[in-house]
Amino acid sequence: MSPTPFISRNDVLSWGRVHRQLQEVAAPRFCDELPALLDGSASTSCLAIGLRRSYGDSCLNSGGAVINMGGLDRLIAFDETTGMLRAESGASLSQILAFAVPRGWFLPTTPGSRFVTLGGAIANDVHGKNHHQAGSFGCHVSCFGLLRSDGSSHVVTKDNQPRLFAATIGGIGLTGVIEWAEIQLQRIGSAYLDVEIIPYVGLDEFWTIAEESVGKFEHTVSWIDCSSRGANFGRGIFSRANWREDEVFTPHDDQAWKNVPFDAPAFLLNRFSVAAFNELYFRASKAKTGIARQHYAPFFYPLDAFLNWNRLYGRRGMFQYQCVIPADEARVAITSLLDGIARSGQASFLSVLKTFGERASPGLLSFPRPGVTLAIDFPNRGVDTLNLLSRLDVIVSEAGGALYPAKDGRLSPEMFRRSFPRWREFLEHKDPIMNSDFWRRVAE
Amino acid sequence: MTGVNKGIIILGAASAIAEAAARIWAAQGARFVLVARDPRRLDVIASDLKTRGAVEVAAVALDCSKLNADVELDAMVKKLGGLDIMLLAYGTLGEQKRLEADPDAVRELIQTDFASAVAWCLAASAVLERQRSGALLVIGSVAGDRGRRSNFIYGACKGGLARLVEGIAHKLAPIGARAVIVKPGFIKTPMTAAFEKRGLLWAKPEAVARVIVKAAERGGPVVYAPAFWRWIMLLIRHLPTFIFNKLDI
Repeated sequence: MSPTPFISRNDVLSWGRVHRQLQEVAAPRFCDELPALLDGSASTSCLAIGLRRSYGDSCLNSGGAVINMGGLDRLIAFDETTGMLRAESGASLSQILAFAVPRGWFLPTTPGSRFVTLGGAIANDVHGKNHHQAGSFGCHVSCFGLLRSDGSSHVVTKDNQPRLFAATIGGIGLTGVIEWAEIQLQRIGSAYLDVEIIPYVGLDEFWTIAEESVGKFEHTVSWIDCSSRGANFGRGIFSRANWREDEVFTPHDDQAWKNVPFDAPAFLLNRFSVAAFNELYFRASKAKTGIARQHYAPFFYPLDAFLNWNRLYGRRGMFQYQCVIPADEARVAITSLLDGIARSGQASFLSVLKTFGERASPGLLSFPRPGVTLAIDFPNRGVDTLNLLSRLDVIVSEAGGALYPAKDGRLSPEMFRRSFPRWREFLEHKDPIMNSDFWRRVAE
Repeated sequence: MTGVNKGIIILGAASAIAEAAARIWAAQGARFVLVARDPRRLDVIASDLKTRGAVEVAAVALDCSKLNADVELDAMVKKLGGLDIMLLAYGTLGEQKRLEADPDAVRELIQTDFASAVAWCLAASAVLERQRSGALLVIGSVAGDRGRRSNFIYGACKGGLARLVEGIAHKLAPIGARAVIVKPGFIKTPMTAAFEKRGLLWAKPEAVARVIVKAAERGGPVVYAPAFWRWIMLLIRHLPTFIFNKLDI
């Protein structure tokens, strides 16, 4: 082994690919290497990172050290009768599904990519299409191993260290290194779902469909066209689904990836190509209106079929803006957000609108909360984009909403503190060595 | 002995390639004896394999490169009640510059990458000959195909190992047992694996593992991993010297 396990690299980027900085990178294969790595970075700062699907700067630590946890991807134990799975934190959700699905189990909830690590899912307290029933990912974590920079190692449960537990779930990696975690999987009757596609025009229609779907469908989500104005304003595609019971347990195949091998030229994405894409997408989906059987991979992870799809945004990268608005304010605020975005002509084709349920998220800095969440991708056009996002901040802020750190690379300290009023409480549990570009920006 | 629950011995079980291959075999319900130096790491790997479906995992903490380590083999085979597959996956790359200046380091490298490996291979060959079945798989390297200035001491060891394994394969062929030298090309080490890939020639340990698992069942005594390296090395072996000498490889 080389004397220093850290290597200086500037090609470790987040999913949005906007920020490019030098970081010291280590990639251990065994947990017993972690204490020395934390020691070795004690003079600067350190952050454990996973598959870097966070869009902004919450998984970056410029000028400091990062520990790539991908090599710590082992399973530790699985109880076939209860569905309790314990694994090292670098295991990806994709690996977990490849193991669990043939045995008749699924993740309790999953984000829109399976290429995130277990540790990352906990550190960002991610959510999925079943939030209105299952709550966030953290709701299904029974315990985890946490290594702190003082050398102490903790087995944390909700009961034995409730405050450290609440700080680490959604704690964006800042309370220490999550070495392993135990999660409760969900029993499924099939690897397939019955998916119903319903086109809607206008937000009023969306609210009606969303409301009537909550009790009857385990999974709900909708794609919304953020580029259209006039008669097409607020049009979208609602999709809702329940698991089938046909006992077919075929897992997904990660080798069927299509790759985007290089950065697309910047001119490819403009208001005309986006409007054309949205028109096509809306028509194609409209043609599919009705109920169809669909495998979980295309239903939960449509974009995972294209490895490195983020490169379509070119070398300047992109921003994603995801907010949640409390239910009472949602109708007004979402309308003004969509209006502002449509006017700007900057939105791209990937916009998602979904209602969150009432189940409380366990983390001090958890993003999911009752209300409606909207996520929109924006190609990075510099100041124009940042100004637009600041205008959206005002709408979100006035409605008492919040922004999602996992998606963010630019929110202001004030906006962060308003989004996460318990951040001071979180400070007591932050590990002094652990840090990220995001944290330095919003809290220091 | 053969059938669903294969008996598999892995030397150097903590290497990324060996672990990736073991995961595939574990899912098929294999029984393992895992050998590596660090007992804690062996335990971690053992729980993973058991969770994935391995029927039995015994961990033996042992430095495979030590003199006479191979005398342990019979005990391991007895533990499994027969040997279906032995994978020899330990080894060290060495630093060419340092090796050229340090004869002791060279002796150590030869002991690890060649001398001890020969002893293990011969011991395994004897077991396979006795039971008239089973496969010996040895991780070689494309570096063993033609001596190059960047790594010819390591290359000499791996090249020698290739000749040995070919010979064992030749000897075992009439009785139905097999030996295979698996030659990986550029492998993404843990250090680089999860980051931007370094070009099309770089493969993940998982890709090499799939080649290994297939080679345990069928095919010739020399296997490249991934397979396209056969053609690259064919070209490199046949490059005229006056061109070869101009290449900085």
